[in-house]
Amino acid sequence: MEAIFFLIIIGVVVAGGFLAAFIWAVRSGQYEDDYSPSVRILFDQKKPKKKKDEANSIQDNDTIDKKKEH
Amino acid sequence: MELQRFAYDNRLSRMFLNATMFWGFVGMLVGLTIALELVFPLMSSGIPWLSFGRLRPLHTNAVVFAFVGNGMFTGIYYSTPRLLKTPMYSQTLGKIHFWGWQLIIAAAVFTLPLGFTVGKEYAELEWPIDIAIAIVWIIFGINLIMTMVKRRVKHIYVAIWFYIATFVTVAVLHIVNSINIPVSLFKSYPVYAGIQDALVQWWYGHNAVAFFLTTPYLGLMYYFVPKAANRPIYSYKLSIIHFWALIFLYIWAGPHHLLYSALPDWAQALGVAFSIMLIGPSWGGMLNGLLTLRGAWDKVRESPVLKMFVVGITAYGMATFEGPLLSLKSVNAISHFTDWTIAHVHIGALGWNGMITFGMLYWLLPRLFNTRLYSKKLANTHFWLATSGMLFFAIPLYFAAFTQSLMWKEFTEAGYLRYPNFIETVVQILPMYYLRALGGALYLTGVILLIYNLVMTARSGSFVRFEEDEAPALRTGKISGEKGHRIIESKPVLFTILALIAISIGGLVEFVPMFMVKSNVPTIAAVQPYTPLELHGRDIYVREGCYLCHSQMVRPFRSEVERYGDYSKAGEVVYDHPFQFGSKRTGPDLARAGVQSGPMYKPASWHYNHFLSPQKMVAQSIMPPYPWLIKNDLDISTTNRKIKAMQYLGVPYPEGFADKANAHLQQQAYEIAQNLRDNGIQIEDTKEVIALIAYIHRLGRDIHGGEKVHFSER
Repeated sequence: MEAIFFLIIIGVVVAGGFLAAFIWAVRSGQYEDDYSPSVRILFDQKKPKKKKDEANSIQDNDTIDKKKEH
Repeated sequence: MELQRFAYDNRLSRMFLNATMFWGFVGMLVGLTIALELVFPLMSSGIPWLSFGRLRPLHTNAVVFAFVGNGMFTGIYYSTPRLLKTPMYSQTLGKIHFWGWQLIIAAAVFTLPLGFTVGKEYAELEWPIDIAIAIVWIIFGINLIMTMVKRRVKHIYVAIWFYIATFVTVAVLHIVNSINIPVSLFKSYPVYAGIQDALVQWWYGHNAVAFFLTTPYLGLMYYFVPKAANRPIYSYKLSIIHFWALIFLYIWAGPHHLLYSALPDWAQALGVAFSIMLIGPSWGGMLNGLLTLRGAWDKVRESPVLKMFVVGITAYGMATFEGPLLSLKSVNAISHFTDWTIAHVHIGALGWNGMITFGMLYWLLPRLFNTRLYSKKLANTHFWLATSGMLFFAIPLYFAAFTQSLMWKEFTEAGYLRYPNFIETVVQILPMYYLRALGGALYLTGVILLIYNLVMTARSGSFVRFEEDEAPALRTGKISGEKGHRIIESKPVLFTILALIAISIGGLVEFVPMFMVKSNVPTIAAVQPYTPLELHGRDIYVREGCYLCHSQMVRPFRSEVERYGDYSKAGEVVYDHPFQFGSKRTGPDLARAGVQSGPMYKPASWHYNHFLSPQKMVAQSIMPPYPWLIKNDLDISTTNRKIKAMQYLGVPYPEGFADKANAHLQQQAYEIAQNLRDNGIQIEDTKEVIALIAYIHRLGRDIHGGEKVHFSER
């Protein structure tokens, strides 16, 4: 069953890589703020022209809501 | 801080979006075709490239890698720049990725129906295409990572984490599982054999589901659901926790595909335990997605996009509940080899991947073309067609699976099998196969509506090539002005990781063959290598995709031992490159088809007539006829190379046997053909069917006191 040990080694290496990424993420402060990133993604889209934005907003509820907030 | 202005380039998203629609239609059309072939077996009318065994790999590859693959790239190329506040690192790499990926799919469309296949599910593509996949995938990864390096926001949103995990893990999986020894341009043998090959394959297969169909789509969910609902994800904290938990747990669950097989028990138990644990992070994702819509269900009622997301996420929750359930040994004993597996994967594919893709496309395309959706009504119709199509697909198959499995296992009071004829159990569930085809047809109709709706939408608007945005530079400051390798140099960690990836790929390719070859030592003395004719027959078996309907793995249950013969052992398959356990029994198991005293044995003349017309031998059979096997001559020009490749892989043919192999082959073919002629069948020695019969008659023979093979004397 050499393959299984081989796969375990690869699995551990991959998991180790993810562990390193996790430690990096925590240390570099990625998770210090666990609320605002979720809100920020909603505001990052700039529509090129105001006029077209109007047309767009009728399309569905989400853009109507956005207008209310503005 | 000073704001920097930049523009997002929408062209890559648009290209991938078009490809998603196109390949979605193709992949599902092929799916509907093979669903119909199961109820109208004569449909392929003797055309090799239309037969079920050749089209089924095309269906799975087209839906997984072409439809879902392009769908994932559409969303990734749209969301990544916006989340990181920078354009993609390289438009050129993106284009290479796009065209490379489409060429790979086009290559699959030609090679799979022609029978060029490795014979491992979802990893069927032959070695030149495998290499292309690895290269294109790494190009995609470089573009993704470098975009991350160039980012203007410090915080990496959770969707990006899912994309990165997808890239890293799929690269490793694909490379490890695809290490094959080429025999010719379109034929190769995996370096692993038998149970080892099975283990590597299902480690790959399971994680392909995890890291190709799940993690990228969770990333898309975390971007597009909040965007479409215009509210933040329910719990950002939960998204982070469930991300890390998911990727750490998933990679160990593969062995649950090999329960009750010859795999060591402890490995099976490991796979089961991790599969059960996976409910946690999986449902974390589902709940997070659904709860994002709390207090916004009025929007769901109005918006086809959100409706599709809700059904998609719910299907994800159902499939990830069902998965651990199927991993329990007692449940698996019933479900394995039945249509339950097919129903399960389609809840995932039609429900989760399909619905998330459709929702994303309906949301995204009007934005790319700065217009409104052409018809909300059509989109709603599509939603109902897709939802009912999915249910019409899955529910009949659940019913079929239970029915058939219980029929397989039922004994009479006298202790005999209640349904000893396999075909009885097939006929019983045929009505369900009709319903499944109906479900598929409904779903495909929905996709046609989607394409029409999106094309009309695009026509009503004009493509927005660039979208401007502005953001302050990342606080470290020095990154934005630098180019190329300088960035890597300034990031020792990143550099180390990239170097490590490069080294480990090279190392793997060098080291694995050596390592695996030594390990293929037989553990049952009676088990011998295949004769050259049988080896050719085996390659035909793989080419025709027989393994997609016939398993070669008798599980240690009384009902199976009674029906097929002695249960399968690891030592029997040490020369099997690739393994052919199969995962579905549309027809009976063949592991004991060569045991003369066993219940599965049929004489050569039966096989000949059966390949010519299965319905002539078993009136209600749903197997298609294979007339070309009888017409075509066996290509023996590759015998020498095939034997040498096997010798390289550690199969103990005598020294110098490769040169004598064809003489051996012709002698054996003569004997089988003579046997057929004695039974009144007019046939020459040289036909393909002879090799296939030779292979089938070898199955299980060695451990049942069959005649010993002599390689040297003939």
